[in-house]
Amino acid sequence: MSDATAVAIELRREHEATEKTTIGFWVYLMTDCVLFASLFAVYSVLHGNTFGGPDTHQLFKLPYVLTETFALLLSSFTCGLAMLAAQKGMKREVLFWLGVTFLLGLTFLGLELHEFRGLVLQGDSWRRSGFLSSYFVLVGTHGTHITFGLIWMAIMGFYVWKKGLTASVRKRLTLLSLFWHFLDVIWIFIFTIVYLYGSFGL
Amino acid sequence: MKPVVSEHGEPRLSYGRYVAGFLGSVALTVCAYLLATHLSIDKNVLAVLLAVLAVSQFILQMFLFLHVGEERDSHLRLAAAGLMLAVVFILIFGSIWIMNNLNYRMTPQQINQYMQNQDSL
Repeated sequence: MSDATAVAIELRREHEATEKTTIGFWVYLMTDCVLFASLFAVYSVLHGNTFGGPDTHQLFKLPYVLTETFALLLSSFTCGLAMLAAQKGMKREVLFWLGVTFLLGLTFLGLELHEFRGLVLQGDSWRRSGFLSSYFVLVGTHGTHITFGLIWMAIMGFYVWKKGLTASVRKRLTLLSLFWHFLDVIWIFIFTIVYLYGSFGL
Repeated sequence: MKPVVSEHGEPRLSYGRYVAGFLGSVALTVCAYLLATHLSIDKNVLAVLLAVLAVSQFILQMFLFLHVGEERDSHLRLAAAGLMLAVVFILIFGSIWIMNNLNYRMTPQQINQYMQNQDSL
């Protein structure tokens, strides 16, 4: 058996292992979708129960949320660019784009926490009404996912820097990118259902 | 160590697809935003329009960012995604349906009346 064949077989085995892991991770993402679906269901049921407090129409500032949305969307795009660079084996580019993605994700999280802080300070915390409880839980769960995604991304950045783009590092980068794109997909629905629908009081 | 790019079924990521996904998503988001802020039509029609835009963006990102259907094992992923959509649909619309009927369409008097009827049966 020639060396070339041996390498080809090794590559194939490696890729099959990666595929299995990816499928497992994909199944996790789908179950995570079910978690978000439950929270969306709770929100849809409770968003009218304001208990004399503010309703969706009075609370949210749409231009602010649009900025958040663009930060996250752009980070999803730059995460894709990092994956492209990883596939081409360009370590410096991977680190650069991961860094950009991390900063954009951090911007998003900062904007969200700032919004939460404003709401709590003006007395509209999760304790105010059923609507606000469900709002904070739904958006907060997404924010928690983003937080863990950022921690994961920082760790992966360290690995890429230390170990280079080895097979196992690239595998984990693939999973991270799936997770990050997935969070942007969830945000499409939060943006539409919570903020846009809320803006005209549906 | 020289990194390797597998030639055995790994999807070829392409710059063009990411750019298309990004620009498409931006366009759909801006559209949805402008519709919600500038269009004064019936709320329910507007809601349906926005839902269509959101679902379009969802499909766009599933294919261009998450690469559904490109892997060799894509049928497994599509099956998982299909099951997820079914569960999501049942959860959300089931909850809304049930809660609307139980919670909002009945006054306390109606509930008492209903319970009395049940008892007398």
